[in-house]
Amino acid sequence: MRHIISILLENEPGALSRVVGLFSQRNFNIETLNVAPTEDPSLSRLTVTTVGDDRVIEQITKHLNKLIDVVKLVDLTEGNHIERELMLVKVKALGASRDEVKRTADIFRAQVVDVTPSVYTVQITGDAGKLDAFVQAMAPIGILEVARTGVSGIARGDKLLSL
Amino acid sequence: MELLSGADMIARFLKDEGVEHIYGYPGGAALHIYDALFRQDSVKHILVRHEQAATHAADGYARATGKPGVVLVTSGPGATNAVTGIATAYMDSIPMVVLCGQVMSHLIGEDAFQETDIVGVTRPVVKHSFSIKHPSEIPEVLKKAFYLAATGRPGPVLVDIPKDMTSPTERYEYVYPKKVKIRSYNPVTRGHTGQIKKAVDMMLKARRPVFYTGGGIITGRASEALTDLVQRLGFPITTTLMGIGGFPQGDRCSLGWLGMHGSYEANMAMHHADLIVAIGARFDDRVTNNTSKFCPTAKIVHVDIDPSSISKTVRADVPIVGAAGSVISEMISLLQDREPASPDALAEWWKSIDGWRAEREGKLYEPSKPGEALKPQEVIEAVYRATRGEAFVTTDVGQHQMFAAQYYKFAKPNRFITSGGLGTMGFGFPAAMGVKLNFPQDDVVCFTGEGSFQMMMQELSTCKQFDVGVKIVNLNNQSLGMVRQWQDLNYKSRHAHSYMESLPDFAKLIEAYGFTAIKVTTIDELEPALERAFADTHELVFLDIYVDPFEHVYPMQVPLGSMRDMLLSKTERT
Repeated sequence: MRHIISILLENEPGALSRVVGLFSQRNFNIETLNVAPTEDPSLSRLTVTTVGDDRVIEQITKHLNKLIDVVKLVDLTEGNHIERELMLVKVKALGASRDEVKRTADIFRAQVVDVTPSVYTVQITGDAGKLDAFVQAMAPIGILEVARTGVSGIARGDKLLSL
Repeated sequence: MELLSGADMIARFLKDEGVEHIYGYPGGAALHIYDALFRQDSVKHILVRHEQAATHAADGYARATGKPGVVLVTSGPGATNAVTGIATAYMDSIPMVVLCGQVMSHLIGEDAFQETDIVGVTRPVVKHSFSIKHPSEIPEVLKKAFYLAATGRPGPVLVDIPKDMTSPTERYEYVYPKKVKIRSYNPVTRGHTGQIKKAVDMMLKARRPVFYTGGGIITGRASEALTDLVQRLGFPITTTLMGIGGFPQGDRCSLGWLGMHGSYEANMAMHHADLIVAIGARFDDRVTNNTSKFCPTAKIVHVDIDPSSISKTVRADVPIVGAAGSVISEMISLLQDREPASPDALAEWWKSIDGWRAEREGKLYEPSKPGEALKPQEVIEAVYRATRGEAFVTTDVGQHQMFAAQYYKFAKPNRFITSGGLGTMGFGFPAAMGVKLNFPQDDVVCFTGEGSFQMMMQELSTCKQFDVGVKIVNLNNQSLGMVRQWQDLNYKSRHAHSYMESLPDFAKLIEAYGFTAIKVTTIDELEPALERAFADTHELVFLDIYVDPFEHVYPMQVPLGSMRDMLLSKTERT
């Protein structure tokens, strides 16, 4: 099963490499990885999506917790949560397909954020499934480049991941 | 307020931390630190002849004393040479602090002379690592390093120190930090009382219980509490290789150690148990054999300080995260309030166990006949007698290691010092130096083989410089015995590179360093040689003992089988 694990990490040099290294060293999967500082500059928030059965996920969270730089973590998929990813897509936009790109973007509530005579750059946010669907819809028109941030997420309601 | 350079802070910190010995080797990036050590006399530096030996010596010290071993090496090759020893300590959860010189900060990343990203290289084999970014942070970072190394599940911690951080011209305020706090690190001590109660209930109801205890008993200083618990309950107990000495092996409850080369009765008892109480052990593949066939009728209580060890390979029915000593004490106090189980409850179980014991009694190996090559097992037994079972014993890796573990019966913890997890050949001799330097009045024996010894024999020179009187017992079978055994069993005796051609004349080699060497080839020569070797505890003596090259280590678990599937000799199996 797919899990989304969010981690509060000391914002120290080398901390990220310890997390990433742990996954390769112990033969765990990383599907996506997203990391940035939080409102507290001493902490980064890192979100990783991974796939594994309960035993593997238990080992992943235990080993992550063991890293000295990991301050706190939560498996968001254990409860209700909001999952978002941002994607920028460059699509061929010539002749009739120019309108087609715009129409499809509207259907997905995506925005065209940059324009040239031959290319539209579209920005879209949503969960991973929506982004995959958008890529599929655009593929026949001609995708030139895709940049995805990887999943970020937060628990619904009052639950917090904070110190 | 005291102003010190980074280098002087390091020397001062080590003194304030109570460090007596550090093991190391100088080089460019570490020279400011070495100069600081030269100008003080509280911390004694032991100059090894290879950085790997520095880590093994510090490791041996740590295993014998329970305190962190300290290593100092230079950047680049100095640091990379230390990696095997760091990994050895990591696999066996040994507290160690490794101080590494590094090139100047402004050169990092430029492929400078003797530059390595040692923090990156060692990342998977350290508990944690630090890079010094400013000289003023040295005292706090070092305190954190010692704190992390020695608490929770212990392990090696590396501190990377760029040369400019130790510059003699820059001075900063030095205060010894008595305490440090790391917000993300709060190792558990006490176990969950509810879980401990559940475990005690199961222990009182069990009819075929076994204690299975590991290195956590030694590092957690819990052997006294464990002995009390086992004797109260009258359960059989088996230890892992790392747990040897955690419970006195002469006691009736002791089944010896378990696993691939564990005793017949220990493996049989595990297989037939209805309750396994694992404490400070990690269900390693050399213990469990095939996990899907592991102990089919047993419920499992697993006590460990590291949550990630629990249910890693074998699922625990009652997981207890906590320090061995505190959990055991809590078990004992719960037992005191409870109705004890009837003494007959375990009678059937002990009958089975005594039956297994009797089956193998006197059949463990065939002693040599006059005129034949000595058996390695009888050499270990003779050394046991010669040292009255009281020596510190280090080993290298291979057949001699297994024989030492099987035939030297340990009554105390911290006495059997061996590379269990990583299985590092070359470990034994430098580890013995580390022990002997700190226990000069005790006999320290290194059981080795001619393969392992040749990996670290340069340390004879260190022993000469510092008068380290270890006893080296070389079980010379003129081959890489364990490799050869596997080739006999799995490769139709095709001995690919397991034969040690062109062995040196060890006696001459040892004498070149000014030490005594005694060659032993027959059983009559053995006792007098041992008497001579152990006559003076301060003298280094090398015993070159020629043993039967065809001997195998038994029992040996059959690959992919259960605990009870064992080869018992070249012709018998279960």
